[in-house]
Amino acid sequence: MELDSKIPAGPLPEKWDKHRFDMRLVNPANKRKYTVLVVGSGLAGAAAAATMSELGYNVRCYCYQDSPRRAHSISAQGGINAAKNYQNDGDSIQRLFYDTIKGGDFRSREGNVYRLAQISVDIIDQCVAQGVPFAREYGGLLANRSFGGAQVSRTFYARGQTGQQLLLGAYQALEKEIAKGGVIMYPRAEMLDLIVVNGRARGIVVRDEVTGTIEPHLADAVVLATGGYGNVFYLSTNAKGCNTTAIWRSYKRGAAFANPCYTQIHPTCIPVAGEHQSKLTLMSESLRNDGRVWVPRRQEDVAKRPGDIPEADRDYYLERKYPSFGNLSPRDIASRAAKEACDDGRGVGPGGRGVYLDFADAIARVGEDKIRERYGNLFEMYERITDENPYQVPMRIYPAVHYTMGGLWVDYNLMSTIPGLHVAGEANFSDHGANRLGASALMQGLADGYFVLPSTIGDYLASQKLEPVHEDMPEVKAAVGDVQQRTNTLLAVQGTRSAASFHRELGQIMWDYCGMAREAAGLRKAIELIPKLREEFWRNVKVPGAGAELNQTLEQAGRVADFLELGELMCRDALHREESCGGHFRTEYQTADGEALRNDEDFAYVAAWQYAGEQSEPVLNKEPLVFENIKLSQRSYK
Amino acid sequence: MNLTLKVWRQAGPDQAGSLQSYAATDVSPDMSFLEMLDEVNEKLIRSGDVPIAFDHDCREGICGSCGMMINGVAHGPMKGTATCQLHMRSFSDGDTVLVEPWRARAFPVIKDLVVNRSAFDRIIQSGGYISASTGAAQDANALPIPKADADASMDAAACIGCGACVAACPNGSASLFTGAKMSHLGLLPQGQPERFRRALKMVAQMDLESFGGCTLFGECQAACPKEISIDVISRMNRDYARAAVRQADERVGGGAG
Repeated sequence: MELDSKIPAGPLPEKWDKHRFDMRLVNPANKRKYTVLVVGSGLAGAAAAATMSELGYNVRCYCYQDSPRRAHSISAQGGINAAKNYQNDGDSIQRLFYDTIKGGDFRSREGNVYRLAQISVDIIDQCVAQGVPFAREYGGLLANRSFGGAQVSRTFYARGQTGQQLLLGAYQALEKEIAKGGVIMYPRAEMLDLIVVNGRARGIVVRDEVTGTIEPHLADAVVLATGGYGNVFYLSTNAKGCNTTAIWRSYKRGAAFANPCYTQIHPTCIPVAGEHQSKLTLMSESLRNDGRVWVPRRQEDVAKRPGDIPEADRDYYLERKYPSFGNLSPRDIASRAAKEACDDGRGVGPGGRGVYLDFADAIARVGEDKIRERYGNLFEMYERITDENPYQVPMRIYPAVHYTMGGLWVDYNLMSTIPGLHVAGEANFSDHGANRLGASALMQGLADGYFVLPSTIGDYLASQKLEPVHEDMPEVKAAVGDVQQRTNTLLAVQGTRSAASFHRELGQIMWDYCGMAREAAGLRKAIELIPKLREEFWRNVKVPGAGAELNQTLEQAGRVADFLELGELMCRDALHREESCGGHFRTEYQTADGEALRNDEDFAYVAAWQYAGEQSEPVLNKEPLVFENIKLSQRSYK
Repeated sequence: MNLTLKVWRQAGPDQAGSLQSYAATDVSPDMSFLEMLDEVNEKLIRSGDVPIAFDHDCREGICGSCGMMINGVAHGPMKGTATCQLHMRSFSDGDTVLVEPWRARAFPVIKDLVVNRSAFDRIIQSGGYISASTGAAQDANALPIPKADADASMDAAACIGCGACVAACPNGSASLFTGAKMSHLGLLPQGQPERFRRALKMVAQMDLESFGGCTLFGECQAACPKEISIDVISRMNRDYARAAVRQADERVGGGAG
């Protein structure tokens, strides 16, 4: 497989402009002749669907929820980065570019990341024009806050609900286009396969979740904006329905899967309370602006009440280890440091898997009212879940799976290795390398959706001679038949275990062997355990009910089946990458003081895995990462 | 603790439903209400029964998917809390808990606790947006907005579209939902050009969807998990009245007030 990233030639700041000029355009009168399917209605999907409809394309948009407004982008709390430099604190496109490349531990493409930093400023303008109620200063101008991995204040926010407000902006734009007739929306609809005709993506197979009808939807191009696959761990901060099915089915139809092992573990989540836990809840990273992270200095103090532990007996370990970034060190570093403290027997709360995030100093400095204004809704959420008042006692937090940097491989045009199949947002691998900085996911989703895809898809359509497709074609019938058969099989097994129980077991394997710290022996063990679990799944899963009705257990079982395959690929990728970088930490590869030790000589590439059939191991393809503008260095936040 | 659940079961939109009893055993006070239902469903699946269908997704109180009447109260006993964030410490051992779907003519039941809320999307389609096509925006700081206006707009924009306001209202009115969107947009300068047109169209759509009228019971505000104030309804009524008088005249006098 040839991996051509199609990064335009020329100086970094001019690449995107030049490319936009070089791209072919579709005549306005011809745009209405093209149909584009957009799967997913989060920031990337809703923005892309709305914008392409504004341009004149026929768009169909799909989401598994009952309304496009519920996509998981809505849960993002802290903010969105943009190189506006409104604070005059030295920010610039170059600096956002550099911070993102460095934050990603030098495992992303210069060209893509520079474009992202350039577009960031347009996103804020667009969102304000749509009526996104960002936080403002008394003078009426936009407010900013700081976020991990940056020393400038470039994060725009709407209280602790930034994702919600940005998504509602994109959702409203989408609804406006639905009303105009440019977009047909299919809620409660799940894509279960990709239709490839003559080597090009020409449609998807969709199950209507209410009636159970399985049908092909055909088009000229397909966009996947279906989010990340963090739910492979069962417990994560992802919404319960988030899944890998759309990208996994596309992988099995020929799209390469890049860097599947790059997983982000977010440092500030509410710790697990018990066996019943169904998901984990994030506490925005913005809390680290004012909260100080600590654990007791001595193991024997962990059971004491935090207020009874004097200042001298506390270990503010982030401030101690990383004096210049302190509590704002990047997510991967902060998460590993928390794990180390707990592994050292100094963790607090149930099971010793927690560290304190303490606001006492900030409350003494600026007053409780100011803290309430900044984080009130987060504090309330914490109290509802834990029954503890964080204004009075420190929060307890622990890292949790939050985001997946890996995803389907795409070129500069966001097109996968299947022509016509475009991938946007968290579902692709493109911009965050081995670790994503806080407040950059919203930026990337909207950059892809509002600004990149609507241009590049026109170039694709204008340069193709697309033959007509119809439902009677063998490729279409075969894809629909595959989905029907798979659905029938899931219903026919009638074993003894629920899909959820398999999901939990898989999640435990992934967390133990492919989580915050990985090593060869454990990964090999996981690669043995997962196929056994998968085999048992297909022999022993129990899915009550029928196919031709609303059947949430059937939906769940289909998703778990795909996670059971993806998990193995993640472990293979983690095993082959014999270095530590960003969120991928191999215990064998670390510096003397326990930091990630990269191997640029051998691993400065994107690992793009290619499906080779049920019986064969996937094929590894490598896209070398070329750094012309940045000097690779050991990341230091000290 | 152990509880008895009485849950509304309905196999499909056109089928009759009824309340069925289930035992929820060994319930931990740290469980969320949905995690308690997960455990009940897990047992139903193991015994080959069809589990209780309910909408849910983020389980962080922000996506608006979940929602049920718990002992006759939308989202249950805890104020300002969506069902997914309601924890079992709000209940006591031996309690009987009645669990029903949203009851409203505009939200027909699809199955068990799952209802069709697509009427909300159509209300937004009728005018709940600012027409600003991608690419046409000026610099974000070119137009300062008083902090108080931005904050009030955000208060209204916090709506998660769960439908609790409709379910709680004796008239099945969607006024809190519609008023919240009109206030979110109408309090911002960007929302002015379409403000009165928006008022006419959204109110008309609300009526078309067979939501009831607002008679200011105030139940919606009490049930809202985001505690959106009923003031947004006054604002909607004011905008609607002014728009009805002016009808086609879309000029705006007097700013964002």
